[in-house]
Order: sequence, then structure tokens, then C-alpha cells
Amino acid sequence: MYPDDLKYSSEHEWARVGNGAVVEVGITHYAQDTLGDVVFVELPEIGSRVDQFDKFGEIESVKAVSDLFSPVSGTVTAVNEELEQSPELCNSDPYGDGWIMEVKLDDPSELDELMDSETYQGTLE
Amino acid sequence: MSNNVMPNVSVADMPDRSLLMDRSVPGRKAINLPAPDVPLSEMPGDGLLRESDDLQLPEVSQLDVIRYFTLLSRLNFSIDTNFYPLGSCTMKYNPKLNDQIASLGGFANIHPLQDDDSVQGALGVMFELQQWLGEATGLPGVGLAPLAGAQGEYAGLLIARAALNMRGESHRDVALIPDSAHGTNPASAAMAGLSVVTVKTDESGNVDVDDLRAKADENTCVFMLTIPSTLGLFEPNIIEINDIVHDAGGLVYADGANLNALLGLVKLGDLGVDICHSNLHKTFSTPHGGGGPGAGPVMVTEELASYLPEPVVVKNDDGSLQLGRPGNSIGKINGFHGSFSILVRAYTYMQSLGGNGLRAVSENAVINANYVQAQLRDRFDLAVDRICMHETVLSGKRQADRGVPALSIAKRLLDYGIHAPTMYFPLIVPEALMVEPTETESKETLDRFVAVMQAIDDEIDSDPDSVNHAPHTLPNTRLDEATAARRPVLRWQG
Repeated sequence: MYPDDLKYSSEHEWARVGNGAVVEVGITHYAQDTLGDVVFVELPEIGSRVDQFDKFGEIESVKAVSDLFSPVSGTVTAVNEELEQSPELCNSDPYGDGWIMEVKLDDPSELDELMDSETYQGTLE
Repeated sequence: MSNNVMPNVSVADMPDRSLLMDRSVPGRKAINLPAPDVPLSEMPGDGLLRESDDLQLPEVSQLDVIRYFTLLSRLNFSIDTNFYPLGSCTMKYNPKLNDQIASLGGFANIHPLQDDDSVQGALGVMFELQQWLGEATGLPGVGLAPLAGAQGEYAGLLIARAALNMRGESHRDVALIPDSAHGTNPASAAMAGLSVVTVKTDESGNVDVDDLRAKADENTCVFMLTIPSTLGLFEPNIIEINDIVHDAGGLVYADGANLNALLGLVKLGDLGVDICHSNLHKTFSTPHGGGGPGAGPVMVTEELASYLPEPVVVKNDDGSLQLGRPGNSIGKINGFHGSFSILVRAYTYMQSLGGNGLRAVSENAVINANYVQAQLRDRFDLAVDRICMHETVLSGKRQADRGVPALSIAKRLLDYGIHAPTMYFPLIVPEALMVEPTETESKETLDRFVAVMQAIDDEIDSDPDSVNHAPHTLPNTRLDEATAARRPVLRWQG
């Protein structure tokens, strides 16, 4: 439920380091399970700036509206437009089709501020 | 669509979903008008008449109309029919006397554009209500204009900004708001052009004072505090908190949604609060719902009174009353005088109870909530294990671990004729069920609620599926809320 190849934030977002300095970002299994059925994701603009641990959007479930916090700083290079029609992808496939955005990193060393899978799972207990 | 042919079927089992339009029969009518005793006029030309299909009105009898609307009223789940422990909304009984007084001709038949000297009685009600709300909150500057709690917040925040601008501190644009706050707080702050910085809650459910101290600075405009908090707790560090905000040069705004816990016990002004609002439809027993009207008067310190929204009622030297605009007023925030008939209801409520009666309201509200908390604490986790104020926040974590989330417990309560408590709020409590019994419920009602909650807890072990598919007895059973939100159908489908 918490893949080993991802980095995790205490706000329950994940970052997947891909080729070069671009990382994919989404919410964790714990986040989608706690939120319940996701009904809307407010995506950032492509080209906009995000800062590590700062708000970059909102996610709305049948229970509540919550802020989304970016696990990294950088420039948004892509967003998952599928979520506009199918926000439930965040529930059904949070690490795959439910990805939210891609960010071109300012500073790869920021990834060291994030947790590995085991450490993150430790915070959930 | 019609189920009228089925005998002995209760509304709950088989509601007739047909609209009044569906019951229309050509030529049927509710009233037989007498023959005209004046000459008939010609109808205007064809170009001025609407096509008949544009405006369809049902052709129905009086009995059709009566049955239709009586049926709709029976589908309501209301405080007049059921226990309604909806946390943070103070669903207390609204004495019918309030409505009787508000419908007196002297109140109901006046016009907001009448000269002040022809409505001195109505202005007198507003003037005394201003004084009483000022007395109850310890904040003597009172503006009755806001039409709802959120508008009261908005007015209060505009007052804070205007006062700081006047001090030459227009750069202060941050609202500090605890993470347990009402959702309207950050929304109102954003509307008022402020950016929101969240302050954490500590493990005892109080504002994290160190976090506040770190965040209160030269950019702080206001700190918005709900007191008692949305956890139903009094903030024991309130004096220190207010000092921190004031030392940083900011103002303290108290969200008065939970004022039902404080009447006659604590004055917000005495604690150092600068601005607050009161939801009259919560604390002062005016009707909720139906889309309004509400009323959310804003109360401020004497220093800030000149910024109140207009109009306020002022007394002239000769004792006469008139509507006035305070010197530095933030201006009008709606038309006319606010929700006047609602103000009359709140005035009636306060007049009926008197000062000691209002104090008893809060004492009993607090006792009732603590009684429920004490009776249920063996079965349900408490969000915070402390004496609560007027509401208690339970966590359904133990029940969720056994396969039944708080949502299903809330839905199952409907089958027992009890309105669901507030769910999943405050956001910082997992599986939250926020119960506010209010002072108007008897011990017998509270005992029944406790027994029902225990019965549902037992059902989670004996028949969890039944709880997870509740309600079973209402006209609408479990709704698919996710699909309703993702793919809403916003037009009547026939």
C-alpha cells in the first residue's frame, strides 16, 4: 500500500522521482482512505510555481475539503486532467492513474526532507 | 408516478413523489370566483400575451394543494418533530411566542422606507436588542445588519481592516485561524482580502500557544477564535492568547456560533476579545433553515463602534430613536436593516427569559452535553477527555475498526427518529460525531438518545450490514453521495 520507490510527506502526499529532475506527485493510500470518496480535485496551472510543504491545490471528498501540500519545490510541468472527469482515480489508483501533477525540481536535495515508505508507515500508527 | 391507489401505505413506506404539476387536471380549480360586477376589458393583443406553454400552472383543487404541502411537511425532519443534536448548529426549540410577536401588525406591516418617527416602536426593539447583545457579550458596539453568521464574520473582519488602516497599518493582511475553526472563518477571511495562516491545536484540544506566538507578527490583522472551540471546549489560555495577539498589534475576533454555552457566564469583551458575532438563529432561538433568513449581528468594543456597518439605531437627546451611520462605517452590507422579523424573534426570546433565564439556558446546555458525554464514554472514544461545554465530540474510531464508519452510525440514527449529529467535523478528529443536545431537551430524550447509541453500537457486532445500509425506514434510503457530487443531476428529470 506504500510502494518502496516513493518518497512521502507528513501531509500524506507522495513524490516519485522519474527521469532527470521531474517528479510525479499524488496522495497516499492513507490519505484517500481517510478522505473517503474523492469528488473534486483542484489542479494547479501548468507553469505555476509550487513550494515544498506549501499548498498547491484542494481535494474535496464527500466528507470534507482539504488542502493539498506539495512535497517538493519547483515548476508544474503537467497535471492529470483525467481527474477533472474522474476524481475517483485518486481512490482507486492513488499511485498510478490517480497522480495529480508533475513538478520540475528546483533542488533535488529537497527530496531528503521526505520519508521513505517504512518511516512514513511508522507515522501512521 | 402516483401511488394514491395503494391503501394504507404510510408516507415513510411509499411516498408519493408526484409534483403538484403532475396532479393537474384541466379545468379543476381551487376557488370559484364570483361573477364580475364591473365591465369586462378586452385582453391585449396576441403579441403581448405569452404562449400558454411558457408558463404552466397546475390546475388543482384546494384539497389537492393542502394534501400536497401537508405531505411535503411530513417529509421534513425538523426540531418540531424529532430530537436534532446537530453539533455546532444549536438546534434548540424555537418558542412559538417568538413567531406570534413577530407577526403582530405593528411589526409585520411596516415598510423599511417609512420615516423613523413613524416606526419608533420597531426602532425601540432594535435599540434594546443592540443593548442586550452588547451586555451579553461585553462588547457594547452592536450592528444588527448582517444577515447570517458568515456575513457577521465578514463585517467584523472589514471592521478590523478598516480600524488598522486608520492606524496606518494597512499592510496587516493575515488572519490567524486555528485548525479546529469553523469552515466559514477562512472563507470570510479570504472574502475580506486576508490571507489565512493556520494555528495548530495541542493535544488537550486548546490553541497551541507556542505556535500562535511564533506566527503572530507585524502582518497579523486578526486572530479568529471559536469559543468554546468546535471541540466543545472552553479555551483556558484565552487571556494569554489575546495578549499575544494584542502585543503583536492584531485584533481578536471571536466566532460566536457557540455563544449558547456562555450566556450569563462569560462576557467575551471581558476576556479581551475585540470583535464577535452572534448567530441569532442558534443562540437566540430564531428559525434555522429554509434558506433563511438568518441574522448574525456583529459586536465590537467601544473603540471600534464607529466602524460598524450601517444602519445602527441611535437615541437622540429628546429620547427619540433614528437610524444612523457610524462615523467610520464600513458602509452597508445589505439592504435596509437586516432581518428585522428575526431580530424581533430574538428580542422576544431574550425578553421572555430575562438575564437569569439566559444564564440558565447556558448552564443547562452545558449540563446536557456533559450528561450525554458521561453516558456514552464507555462505548465511544472522546475527541478530548475533558469536561465539555455545550457539545461533546465523540470519535467513532472503535466502531470504524469494527467495520462501521461514523457516517453509518449517523444514518442509522435516522431510523430511530433522531437527526444525525454533525459528522466528520472538526476535521482534526477521526470519525467525529459532534453532539449538541441543547438546553431544551429533557432528560428522558437524552436517555433515549444514549440508549439508541448503545443499541447501534450493539448492532455493529450483531448486524453490521444493516447499519452500513441504513437508513431503512425513511422516504430516501442510503444516497450515493459520491456520484451525486461527481455527476450531479441539477435539473428535475420528471
